[in-house]
Amino acid sequence: MSLSKEQIAKRIAKEVKDGYYVNLGIGIPTLVANFVQNDIDVEFQSENGVLGMGPFPFEGDEDPDLINAGKQTITALPGASFFDSALSFSMIRGQHVDLTILGAMEVSQNGDIANWKIPGKMVKGMGGAMDLVASAENIIVAMMHTNRAGASKLLKDCSLPLTGVNCVKKVVSNLAVMEIENGSFKLLERAPGVSVEDIKNATEGNLIIEGDIPEMDIS
Amino acid sequence: MINKTVANVQVACEGIQDSMTFMLGGFGLSGIPENSIAELVRRNVKNVTCISNNAGVDDFGLGLLLQKKQIKKMISSYVGENAEFERQMLSGELEVELIPQGTLAQRCQAAQSGIPAFYTPAGYGTEVAEGKEAREYNGKMHILEEAFKADFGFIKAWKGDAAGNLIFKGTARNFNPNMCGAAKITVAEVEELVPVGTLDPNQIHIPGIFVQRIFQGSTYEKRIEQLTVRKRS
Repeated sequence: MSLSKEQIAKRIAKEVKDGYYVNLGIGIPTLVANFVQNDIDVEFQSENGVLGMGPFPFEGDEDPDLINAGKQTITALPGASFFDSALSFSMIRGQHVDLTILGAMEVSQNGDIANWKIPGKMVKGMGGAMDLVASAENIIVAMMHTNRAGASKLLKDCSLPLTGVNCVKKVVSNLAVMEIENGSFKLLERAPGVSVEDIKNATEGNLIIEGDIPEMDIS
Repeated sequence: MINKTVANVQVACEGIQDSMTFMLGGFGLSGIPENSIAELVRRNVKNVTCISNNAGVDDFGLGLLLQKKQIKKMISSYVGENAEFERQMLSGELEVELIPQGTLAQRCQAAQSGIPAFYTPAGYGTEVAEGKEAREYNGKMHILEEAFKADFGFIKAWKGDAAGNLIFKGTARNFNPNMCGAAKITVAEVEELVPVGTLDPNQIHIPGIFVQRIFQGSTYEKRIEQLTVRKRS
């Protein structure tokens, strides 16, 4: 059975370790914050200028001067800080942020990512995504394995305009967890009830399968 | 103390002309110079280039200038919230240069700091890098990006004084400090213009040297783009 968006977020949350500064993109990545273990210390950075981002405010407590990169009203936790955009991207380009989690429209087997533009259809801009993928040491992509028509989004080469090259290290999709290694997707885990064959069929790029592939833990 | 105070937004915007390049602070609708934008609309200045992370929404922020077709070119990182923007862009009426958000911030910062250009890894291997010099540092490819050149910078701060010193609030800070002193003339509007000596020098985010004109703003709407709340249990 393929994973829901919440389950993808739940699986990715297991990659968030104690002491990490984490930048979460819009969409599935935002949900990851809901599933991070309670017994570890993590700080969320939002590139519009806050470190130590907390949950959404209670009704009536919203502040127009306190939003996240998705322009949603948020709160700041004790120990939080605010800063300007240049300093925010110093944290990102300077590799002070430990983990970046973002969505993608396509990922290629050599770690290229496309997530900002569909020519002639959707041109919204890259926001901070190009800075994030160009600099982060540790990038996890949260995405659906195929598009609505069933075509693979894990490709030999991206067909859409790129956001960054050779940068994605790990992909968590609704079907599988994969690592990008030597120009291939290396299958690490499969979603409960999803067969290796299913994943093969849904992956256009080169897929490496070694030994038994365990099921993901999404408890 | 050098007094930067001007009586109102009309005086603050003196010298604005058609075809100029403006920098405008703000992220989404947070920390945008609402009073200065209203004055640009009132003056009906045309053919302008705007450097701003976003382009507002249809009926607020820079969307107000778009409605009146005052903008010739937008330089932004993300413009997804504005239908009129999309229409003008697709029809070719509006020129748009989309650039990475960190690059946008750093191009402002470079202009402020007198650094003509810098190398960044952001955008290497993408269409952003087209026509730009590329160079390897520490085993990684970077592209050369240049400081912005602008005529006016419009800044929104929380508190300021007559010396032009500024303090920002929350995430309304965003690009505002990076744009101070990055254009030929920096115009700062503040929610509270306080007497000189009231602001603690330890707490000042931007020293007055980067600001040419400061005025007390009025009737801030501070619109929220995506209201998200939790229920009290």
